Amino acid sequence: MSPEYISIMKTIKLMEVCGTHTMAIARSGIKKLLPKEVELISGPGCPVCVTSQEDIDKALKIAGEENVIMTTFGDMMRVPGSSGSLDRMKTEGADVRVVYSSADALEIAEKNPSKRVVFMGVGFETTSPTVAATIIEAKKRGVKNFFVLSGFKVIFPALEAIAGSKELKVNGFICPGHVSVITGSAPYEPVVKKYVIPCVITGFEDNDIIKGVTRLVRQIKRGYACVEVEYKRAVKRSGNAKAKKLIKKVFEQADSVWRGIGKIERSGLKIKKKYEDLDAEKEFNVKVKKSVLPKGCVCGKVLQGIKTPRECKLFGKKCTPRHPVGPCMVSSEGTCAAYFRYGS
Amino acid sequence: MHELVEDMRLKFSNRILDEMADAAELRVDAERLAFSTDSYVVKPLFFPGGDIGKLAVCGTVNDISMKGARPLYLSLAFILEEGLEFSVLGRVASSIKQAAREANVKVVTGDIKVVEQGACDGMFINTSGIGVIEKGKGVGVKPKSGDLVLINGGIAEHGMAILNAREDLGFKPPIKSDCANVNFEAQKCLKASEKISVMRDPTRGGLATTLNEIARSSNIGIEISEKDIPVKPAVGKLCDVLGFDPLYVANEGKFVCFVSEEDASRVKKAMGPGARLIGRTTTRHKGEVRLRTRIGSTRILPMLESDQLPRIC
Repeated sequence: MSPEYISIMKTIKLMEVCGTHTMAIARSGIKKLLPKEVELISGPGCPVCVTSQEDIDKALKIAGEENVIMTTFGDMMRVPGSSGSLDRMKTEGADVRVVYSSADALEIAEKNPSKRVVFMGVGFETTSPTVAATIIEAKKRGVKNFFVLSGFKVIFPALEAIAGSKELKVNGFICPGHVSVITGSAPYEPVVKKYVIPCVITGFEDNDIIKGVTRLVRQIKRGYACVEVEYKRAVKRSGNAKAKKLIKKVFEQADSVWRGIGKIERSGLKIKKKYEDLDAEKEFNVKVKKSVLPKGCVCGKVLQGIKTPRECKLFGKKCTPRHPVGPCMVSSEGTCAAYFRYGS
Repeated sequence: MHELVEDMRLKFSNRILDEMADAAELRVDAERLAFSTDSYVVKPLFFPGGDIGKLAVCGTVNDISMKGARPLYLSLAFILEEGLEFSVLGRVASSIKQAAREANVKVVTGDIKVVEQGACDGMFINTSGIGVIEKGKGVGVKPKSGDLVLINGGIAEHGMAILNAREDLGFKPPIKSDCANVNFEAQKCLKASEKISVMRDPTRGGLATTLNEIARSSNIGIEISEKDIPVKPAVGKLCDVLGFDPLYVANEGKFVCFVSEEDASRVKKAMGPGARLIGRTTTRHKGEVRLRTRIGSTRILPMLESDQLPRIC
């Protein structure tokens, strides 16, 4: 970073909202090389971390039903619900399987016609198109025993919530590269216009992150705010039309609870009526109690960038990757996991 | 079963095995022996670059070699799932024979058990091995401060090859496991220098895990440089796509050598053309491994807390 950017008169906070960025930043060690005036903080970018306790509890209840095969991404296995995790249920005899994609789950359903196979879907716009495609394919093939429990979220309402926060003043966003491949850069423009906060869509290599931070600092120093695309090799303004069409065909936006943050309007994806026979919520109609976060766990504040993991009393003591209390520690892209593994 | 045992004896025939006694009688002219055992449960049984049989030989041969020993004899025990095709067993046995011949070791005793369907994944193998440590040629377990750290080639190939094959990820061209005997390279290193303090093969858990184990048990600090660690481009790309850190992915034909600075160049040459200098020991941050990142920062390289999982997005 050249000297002109180092002579910044105030401390600035740059937030990344992508779990892959959280890990890439921690792995590269870039924080140590930045001027002390530039602070990188992590936001609600880890899809596992922001999945609500209620959604986890629904998955646990479904997994415990007879003749059910619960399928999920590996990261979700150890996330604690109110009482246990999918990993614990597996050791207690439930049929819980890790899959690499929803297509694998559909294959399991076709091979096990007497079972109800549920795919627990979590993720942002990067992941939801592939699951939408699987839902369409399942319906086309007439597979009657495949269901999706949608925990998908949309990043932009959360971005707005952070941008408008009174508790935390974010000066710039390092925007998620892969989400933006799907959405394009256009949806960031209203956020930038309304809150006058620069956004730079950044890739994941060390050089990408350095360039992304540099561009944000440049905008802030020069007193303007716009959307920039550092990740030009993958992101267009219009995004991926086919993927967006798939999402729109199968899902509709609905209010969603973000773990530790609370309800954010129109921030989740719900399966549309046309595909409701594949909706696990409709099929199983599980009711769960409103959850109480574990005592002392400040994952919610960490996810909003208000606290760092080291400010959590449980961090590194009662809460470790081996014995996680909150999801930020158990997810491979969680902020607390990054701090624990790579130091701050 | 008797016919199967006899087929195996014929396959691996040598003077010791042919006695078909309850134990193999070995005559070894050495003050010190190295003895190692390992069990192999890899799935799938066959993968690009090798199979469970080759793995069972290379794994134990390499472990013995890491103590500075010349491996001589192996035991070979099969646990076979009922219904396993004879052709599969035949292929694996041929692979074992070839790997043993390449390593110049003999299979001198063995066992076969058959378990019911579902009790194992086709086949499990255990091999134990014995090697001789020639006078003055043994290798310890604690590096010295100021030692340089060398590795004989690219990391993460075995783990990613298995993952690509097992989960049918379809990554093309398929990643090949680096499964190989390294006993001759290890012996060449010992011939090149008497100042090798530690040799280890970073198998399950990868290079980072092995270095952490050494750092912790020796109470010494280790610093390695990210840009100097060799990773084949295809392997690096697959790790990237899945969100895996190659430093924690298994290897099966690699070893690290801790050696004094004055002998490092000779030992590096002995390790082979793929060898690289990747770091050094230090009295700072004892018990910890630190990584100098590509952009010139440093961070802790911790022990792996749990198995790596593919990223979601």
